[in-house]
Amino acid sequence: MSLLEIEGLRVQFRTATGVSRAVDGLSLSVDAGQVLAIVGESGCGKSVTAMAILGLLPEGISRADGTIRFEGRDLLALTDREMQKIRGKAVSMVFQEPMTSLNPVLTVGRQIGETLRLHEGLGRRATEARALEMLRLVGIPEPERRLKQYPHELSGGMRQRVMIAMALACNPRLLIADEPTTALDVTVQAQILDLMRDLIGRTGTGMVLITHDFGVVAEMAQRVVVMYAGRKVEEAPVRDLFAAPRHPYTRALLDSMPRLTEGGEAPEELTEIPGVVPALTEPVRACTFEPRCPRASDQCRTLYPPFRECGDDHMVACWNPEPQPDAAVAEPRRQGEMKA
Amino acid sequence: MPATTLAATERPDLFVVRRRRSGVLGFLIGNPRITIGGGMLALVVLMAICAPLLATHDPLSLAPWLRARFPSAEHWFGTDMLGRDIYSRVIYGARVSLTVGISVAVLTSVVGLFIGLIAGYLRWADGILMRVMDGLMAIPSILLAVALMALTRGSMVNVIIAVTIADIPRMCRLVRGVVLSAREQPYVEAAVATGTRTHVIIRRHILPNTLAPMIVQATYICASAMIVEAILSFIGAGTPPTTPSWGNIMAEGRALWQIKPFIVFFPAVFLSVTVLAVNLLGDGLRDLLDPRAATRT
Amino acid sequence: MSQTPPVLDVRDLSKTFAIRRSFFGRGGGAVHAVDGISFAIAEGETLGLVGESGCGKSTAGRAILRLTEPTAGEVWLDGERIDGLGAGEMRLKRRDIQVVFQDPYSSLNPRLRARDIVAEPLRNFASAIPGGIEERVADLFDRVGLRPDQMDRFPHEFSGGQRQRLVIARALALKPRVIICDEAVSALDVSVQAQVINLLARLQRETGVAFLFISHDLAVVEHVSHRVAVMYLGRIVEIADKAALYGQPRHPYTQALLSAAPVPDPDGRRDRTILKGEVPSPINRPSGCHFRTRCPSAAAECAKVSPVLRDVGGNHHVACHLVEG
Repeated sequence: MSLLEIEGLRVQFRTATGVSRAVDGLSLSVDAGQVLAIVGESGCGKSVTAMAILGLLPEGISRADGTIRFEGRDLLALTDREMQKIRGKAVSMVFQEPMTSLNPVLTVGRQIGETLRLHEGLGRRATEARALEMLRLVGIPEPERRLKQYPHELSGGMRQRVMIAMALACNPRLLIADEPTTALDVTVQAQILDLMRDLIGRTGTGMVLITHDFGVVAEMAQRVVVMYAGRKVEEAPVRDLFAAPRHPYTRALLDSMPRLTEGGEAPEELTEIPGVVPALTEPVRACTFEPRCPRASDQCRTLYPPFRECGDDHMVACWNPEPQPDAAVAEPRRQGEMKA
Repeated sequence: MPATTLAATERPDLFVVRRRRSGVLGFLIGNPRITIGGGMLALVVLMAICAPLLATHDPLSLAPWLRARFPSAEHWFGTDMLGRDIYSRVIYGARVSLTVGISVAVLTSVVGLFIGLIAGYLRWADGILMRVMDGLMAIPSILLAVALMALTRGSMVNVIIAVTIADIPRMCRLVRGVVLSAREQPYVEAAVATGTRTHVIIRRHILPNTLAPMIVQATYICASAMIVEAILSFIGAGTPPTTPSWGNIMAEGRALWQIKPFIVFFPAVFLSVTVLAVNLLGDGLRDLLDPRAATRT
Repeated sequence: MSQTPPVLDVRDLSKTFAIRRSFFGRGGGAVHAVDGISFAIAEGETLGLVGESGCGKSTAGRAILRLTEPTAGEVWLDGERIDGLGAGEMRLKRRDIQVVFQDPYSSLNPRLRARDIVAEPLRNFASAIPGGIEERVADLFDRVGLRPDQMDRFPHEFSGGQRQRLVIARALALKPRVIICDEAVSALDVSVQAQVINLLARLQRETGVAFLFISHDLAVVEHVSHRVAVMYLGRIVEIADKAALYGQPRHPYTQALLSAAPVPDPDGRRDRTILKGEVPSPINRPSGCHFRTRCPSAAAECAKVSPVLRDVGGNHHVACHLVEG
């Protein structure tokens, strides 16, 4: 049994222009100790998926169905109280903007302590000791002093470390990280990615990493899910995906990124994806990527492609996937582009 | 796995979204507070305009032999201590309340906008103007009105001036705040960078931002001005007692409140309903004009 | 780069923000956001300005544009000094220097139609511009890849990428000599970012406009720039041709920045120098070389003397005591 198993998840929002199908039939699974990355551009449904797992969808204007099984329990069927017991303990989270996720009027020590007292029922002294230990673990200098500080007294990188310390304080079995390093500078991002990789490797926590940055995916993930307009369009182990993306969207995304060449020859022009993302309120019949796709055919215009196996452990939702390259030829192509 | 993906398109939506009605009717149904508040206010305005047609008696004619009669077929709301028909006086009283409320709202808006723009745009003027406004805010409007009445005579114009002076700082601060935050907007900086002249920037990029909050604030000021007018009349520092205003009618009924409550009751109901209507309209407008709500579409 | 004078020449530009003392006399002091930076950009050239948040790169752009008044230094536009000009004269100079901000949502007045947004700069200088404004707007729409039928729409009816095209059309309207792009593509999704980058490159080829391209994204800067300057705590620490800077970075900070950038290649997880700690506050900057507190090879000298930018060969300038040449 997987740690997290999502099947046929749909999340819809009520908007002024109709029903917005933010997530439409998403299925995926994460094992213990595994990092699964969900990549896609804004509005593809990746963050909404995270909210759905954590039971944080806004009430009244959104609804979800399908199943989200965590260690066998369907999270969507739980009451708010039951969900609260799981959230922050067995499943915890790290968000993009640490400033808005931390309570500005509580000291760092209190905030970490709150989680511990709530879920572990620790006493005052034990809580403090554990909070101190957590701050040390995430590499915060002078942890004793930091415990008494307020979030605004810390830098962005420090705040993100505090968020990670809070997220890991109760030894969660699943960590949801939504763009955890997007707001950080590159040198700090490198520190935080190293830290998360190290901690996850040590504790065997499963992780869902939500990001738009293929660089972060390559650094962190073992498995990748690519989403477009609320649906999963490709899923593969990280090496296969980067070596031979099969969905034209994934391919175009990878090609449209400017890359560091270390002084080498860069392409004159970047690959563009023409057009724009479709409105999620439009009913889906044909492939949603078809209007922007260089490989589109008549079939694409009539029916949404099924999500099917297209290689060893590699799945894609496309009628005309990118050709399966010869293993021998494929590798140097992408490598050559970067190392040249 | 393919089954679930395909099924997702075929399963019915989790929401049934009713299509919003379009047109005037759709707007009225979609914004009940504006509809109810605006409708009630429209009735009061209509009543004030058509007062000569609606009134059954001359609101000023005295009839001492008919003092303080209970409501009857002849005098629907009864008569006051001087035998004047309360129904007719209440109808005419709407004119006073509305004139005061609307005049104060318009005057504070005009003056507040002017001072607020200067304070928001000229840094050196800001400090001086805002301290003056702080000073004005510290004076209760009722005391100011009483002082003004003591110096001159009780008249509706004086009531309007007194309440306006007291309310200007509220509008002024609002406008200044909007101007200060609008100035920081990248599109205003972009306008500066493309060589747009200052007066064009104010007119095209900054003024439109102030309109919506000003309209909302003006409705609240209108409602509170009507109450202050009634209070001033009630304590005898407002419109002259001969003028039929709701506050005056209540003031006259004060002594007989325990045995003849209807004298106070009817003008009080009209005042409350009118103030409620204006406040409802203000709340409705606030939600309708809220930029956050507007950008959601 | 060439014999003609540079389009934009910035000399020892500084911007200091005073911190007001609090009521109890605490605080005080100053933030040295930009501390004596110099560079020049030639016609048709793109200079990338990279650095982490708080390094002063955006303040530098705003000071050049006089959206904030520079504290010291000179700004020369097309051989004419603009930093001391009065408001009226500066307004006329704004025709030649334009800006594209990061956020295409807030850069556009939500109440104006697309055609009026693009026409605004033209109307500001209507007397100096030949031809009808309508035709110019239509031409600009075409140049940035927007359809004529979109002219009457409001900004919220456009996608993020289309909005940035509108911003670019507005910036191009007066045929400027320089456009300062302040994180112009950072808020866009990857696929749209590529569209806008290609658009900027094409417009540069067509019009010879120069770009000062301010960004935190090393890969984007490498793609768009001819030369690149790296900033740290208000100073330029290294400036060189793109190939030299990315191929043989000389300053330890540049090396660390490049090494920290995540590479979209699962097998490319290289040995990297991960810098310790974070950027110090611009209020209390370390003495001497500002980078020495995080520098893996700092020496005693670095605490005492501020390194100056010097040529280490091939127009490659580095401000570091430890670099020979």
